[in-house]
Amino acid sequence: MSLESRVTEIIIDKLGVKPEQVTVEAQFDTDLGADSIDQYELIMGFEDAFGLRIDEDEATQLTTVGKVIEYLRAKDLDK
Amino acid sequence: MQKRVVITGAGVIGPIGKTASENWKNAISGICGIRRMTIVNPEDFTSQIAGEVKDFDPLDYLDRKVAKRTDRYTQFAMVAAREAFAESGIENNIDPTRLGVIIGSGIGGITTLEREHKVALERGVSRINPFFCPMMIGNIAAGRVGIDVGAKGLNFSTVTACASSGHAIAIAVDMIKLGRVDAILAGGSEAPLTLTGVGGFCQLKALSTRNDDPQTASRPFDRDRDGFVLSEGGAVIMLEELDHAVKRGAGIIAEVSGSGMTCDAFHITAPAENGEGSARAMKLAMQDAGIEPEDVGYINAHGTSTLLNDINETKAIITALGTAKAMRTPVSSTKSVTGHMLGAAGAIEAIFTAFALRDGILPPTATLQNPGEGCVLDYVPGEARKADIMYALSNSLGFGGHNVTIALKKYSGK
Repeated sequence: MSLESRVTEIIIDKLGVKPEQVTVEAQFDTDLGADSIDQYELIMGFEDAFGLRIDEDEATQLTTVGKVIEYLRAKDLDK
Repeated sequence: MQKRVVITGAGVIGPIGKTASENWKNAISGICGIRRMTIVNPEDFTSQIAGEVKDFDPLDYLDRKVAKRTDRYTQFAMVAAREAFAESGIENNIDPTRLGVIIGSGIGGITTLEREHKVALERGVSRINPFFCPMMIGNIAAGRVGIDVGAKGLNFSTVTACASSGHAIAIAVDMIKLGRVDAILAGGSEAPLTLTGVGGFCQLKALSTRNDDPQTASRPFDRDRDGFVLSEGGAVIMLEELDHAVKRGAGIIAEVSGSGMTCDAFHITAPAENGEGSARAMKLAMQDAGIEPEDVGYINAHGTSTLLNDINETKAIITALGTAKAMRTPVSSTKSVTGHMLGAAGAIEAIFTAFALRDGILPPTATLQNPGEGCVLDYVPGEARKADIMYALSNSLGFGGHNVTIALKKYSGK
């Protein structure tokens, strides 16, 4: 499964949103209705799924679906 | 003039049904909801039977996000509250700031507590679910129900073990009588079937070990009773000020005419000698309702099926009503078919009592065959009975010495 699909799947699971809502541009707070605890749970979901730790400063930057994908790709996980 | 309070909706999910009417039908038919435990592996427990809510999928009721972030106990409360709310027809017929919620639980979110404790031990505290606290706390069922139905009035929880939802109803009635709000969703819920939940009650030696015969394991007042059976579920009623209900043309199930609350101040788990505290609760309830022992047509007993409860509650009833009247008054325990729903017990039993008044049918102590020593009352053994009654009491007693009795009255249109 591609990195994009895995990220999308986690977002759908954690936030209970529809697949079509999870676009690259989608903002977690305004577009996907995630409050701060939702977003923290989401970060934990990425950490568990990709076996890494995202520090708090980095996490606050990951405000859109696209930024998460970019971030994970930069970690060289997409193999 | 003193305000009066009536029930305009009822909701139940439990071992004998997923709606209030299904529960009632099964209670008066003596259909028992107890079987071998499946939610937790029963192998290591001395008591391996329970009253589980069968085939419960929260997604049948709640959206995915809510379902994932609520403990089972909260889900039961939400399901029961929705049914009571829908039946009452109160939506858009009340100022939301005048609608309250009081939902009790003996324990709260113990399933969530156990799961996240395990996560913390195995993977570290940084892996604890960020929603852990607001999922586990014992007041969150009331909070969630408030959000779910848009009830913006007073909202809190009562925690008195097996009397929790009895207290929820008693306090709700008083709040409405005081004019604090016009209506309250009141009741309780419990989901105690976990490793420590079941294990803890087993260690107290409080549970029936009749593992080979789950259907008759809960046998209140029977000489062969050997403890109670743990159950789970939720039960909620819509309590509403009478004039408010009449003005909007609501259907009225019964009136809650009074309550009595006492403490044994005696022992943490055992009832006071001769059920002294429970007897006072019944007397206070009758006094609050403005009735005499002679008026009481039925008592829904706490009737847990433990040696101590059943004998002491019997003595309490004799003290409260007087021997002659007590001997003529039908008393039954619907725990014979539901098992003990702990924090939901008071509410489901208040609902059964209300239905008994409405329908003129007394639910039986379905499993009672041979009354135990000192169990001398008419316990409506085996089968339901027709009886046109005007007043009834419902008892709830909890660890800690908490006693609460609710007095109910048939509603006859005035």
